[in-house]
Amino acid sequence: MLNYFVRRILGAIPTLFVLMALAFFLIRLAPGGPFDSEKVLLPEIEANLRAAYHLDEPLYQQFARYLGNLLQGDFGPSFQYRDLTVTELIMTGFPISLRLGAGAMALAVIFGVLAGSVAALWQNSRTDYTVMAVSMTGISIPSFVMAPLLILVFAVYLGWLPAGGLGGGSLRNMVLPVVSLALPQIAYVARLTRGSLIEILRSNFIRTAKAQGLPMGKILLVHALKPALLPVVSYLGPATAAVITGSVVIEQIFGIPGLGRFFVQGALNRDYTLVMGIVVFYGTLIVVFNFLVDLAYAWLDPKVRYG
Amino acid sequence: MPGWIRKLDMDEALGIETKQDQVVVRSLWGDAWRTLRRNRAAMTGAMLMAIIVLVVTVGPWFSQYAYDFTDWPNTSIGPSLGTGHFFGTDTLGRDLFVRTLYGGRISLLVGVVASVVSLLIGISYGATAGYFGGRLDAIMMRFVDILYAMPFMFFVILLMVFFGRNILLIFVAIGAINWLDMARIVRGQTLSLKQREFVEAAQAQGVGALAILVRHIVPNLLGVVAVYITLTIPQVILVESFLSFLGLGVQEPMTSWGALVKEGSEEMETAPWMLLFPAFLLATTLFCFNFIGDGMRDALDPKDRQ
Repeated sequence: MLNYFVRRILGAIPTLFVLMALAFFLIRLAPGGPFDSEKVLLPEIEANLRAAYHLDEPLYQQFARYLGNLLQGDFGPSFQYRDLTVTELIMTGFPISLRLGAGAMALAVIFGVLAGSVAALWQNSRTDYTVMAVSMTGISIPSFVMAPLLILVFAVYLGWLPAGGLGGGSLRNMVLPVVSLALPQIAYVARLTRGSLIEILRSNFIRTAKAQGLPMGKILLVHALKPALLPVVSYLGPATAAVITGSVVIEQIFGIPGLGRFFVQGALNRDYTLVMGIVVFYGTLIVVFNFLVDLAYAWLDPKVRYG
Repeated sequence: MPGWIRKLDMDEALGIETKQDQVVVRSLWGDAWRTLRRNRAAMTGAMLMAIIVLVVTVGPWFSQYAYDFTDWPNTSIGPSLGTGHFFGTDTLGRDLFVRTLYGGRISLLVGVVASVVSLLIGISYGATAGYFGGRLDAIMMRFVDILYAMPFMFFVILLMVFFGRNILLIFVAIGAINWLDMARIVRGQTLSLKQREFVEAAQAQGVGALAILVRHIVPNLLGVVAVYITLTIPQVILVESFLSFLGLGVQEPMTSWGALVKEGSEEMETAPWMLLFPAFLLATTLFCFNFIGDGMRDALDPKDRQ
């Protein structure tokens, strides 16, 4: 187990390295620099500024410095918000995005597994077809289409929920963004659960359990659900990535000051360090989460050898 | 083994009942077509899709307005047959019917072209890795693993910001994201295909590696590819509309469904039709492609039935 653990961590290092290298060289590609402004700077002042930001060093040295700083959690200064570092900005935005994303993931797993199990247990019934049709609709309506539609119905026409903003972090303000982010994922998890549960319910060990006279509820909870959830567990990695990407648009639509909104605003304002910092931060998050998912998978599935 | 025995086995596996005296030898594609035709959801999807493609192609000719014509006296008016603005107009007085159809042309075009790009990359990469195997395979697939973990959407957004909105860049960017899945699937298929007798026969006759790949491996991958392309197109349309929604896709006055949904979502309180028509068409298209893709998978890959 420890061996596997270490090997997986070592395996993640090249991924993180490529991520950071891509980030670093993309930022060099970006037109413009930190001191572009309307007034032209004196050459001496510009040279001093370049030295202050270490831009006068050779590229490999800058890259090494960038990596070193990253490893210490320092994403450098923001181009736009001169008083704040990128690290500080990420730390203000991330808790808000985290609540949004975690809420969406929780909804996706709970309702997805529930709906998928119901559909699988009553396979080919009207309930099954309804669940599957609804989930196909959920997959087909992207969250940035769903969000305005939900606002139109629940905020504009019915007036039940606020149309946007953080509202001091109240639950009412989180409902619509979390739901629109979660719906496609709920649908996906439901389809995955249904497919694998149907397969499991046909297998020999379930037939044996039935033959022994175990009640259906017990068979489902004790025997069937754990192996049936394996595809769902391995989908959690891509789901995280999808939720993070989706939150970029959702935060924009609902005016929530999370990381996704910082990202879009930063990109439009050409705040390159902030934007790259967010890419590296989220990229690392996804890599780490995938690693955790793999560990959970190995723990759940006895067939997976730690090799 | 005579053809009809194998076919009967397959029919039994597929649940097709045929009388023995009616047996005609059929190909994989023939069987797949029959299965697909019986799948009502997929056929409805295909029919709807055909209608959407037809309307998007010829529809604009039935309107008196051009997609960039601003009808100043009639800004933000609702749908009506009397004015000739069947879907209403936007805040600049441009006809939404024509714009929605033009947006559809762009969205569908991007979907198909970018999917083909990603297929070409994915097939050549995956088939090469799978056929040659060994260390080359290990290195190539490790590279795919690393790229898999990258938050590509973020990089694409950055590139769009750095280099301006460029439709070519959209194609390349989307193709670059989507080839990874294809490469993995094709590699897996190639690994099993290269063990087969016909490949061995070709090798024994001294056919070169490239010729074997092109003449023997790739044609046998077409079933998987056909399934996968119908599943890739909606993903690509989604990515394109995502970018357009952020204002990074196609440029004004040209438009796409994503851009129209964005404009509509800004005006939905006063002009909900600006949101509803493009949103409905975008969702319906994705819906159709997903159903067609599911049906194709059932038809061409009986092992993977759900």
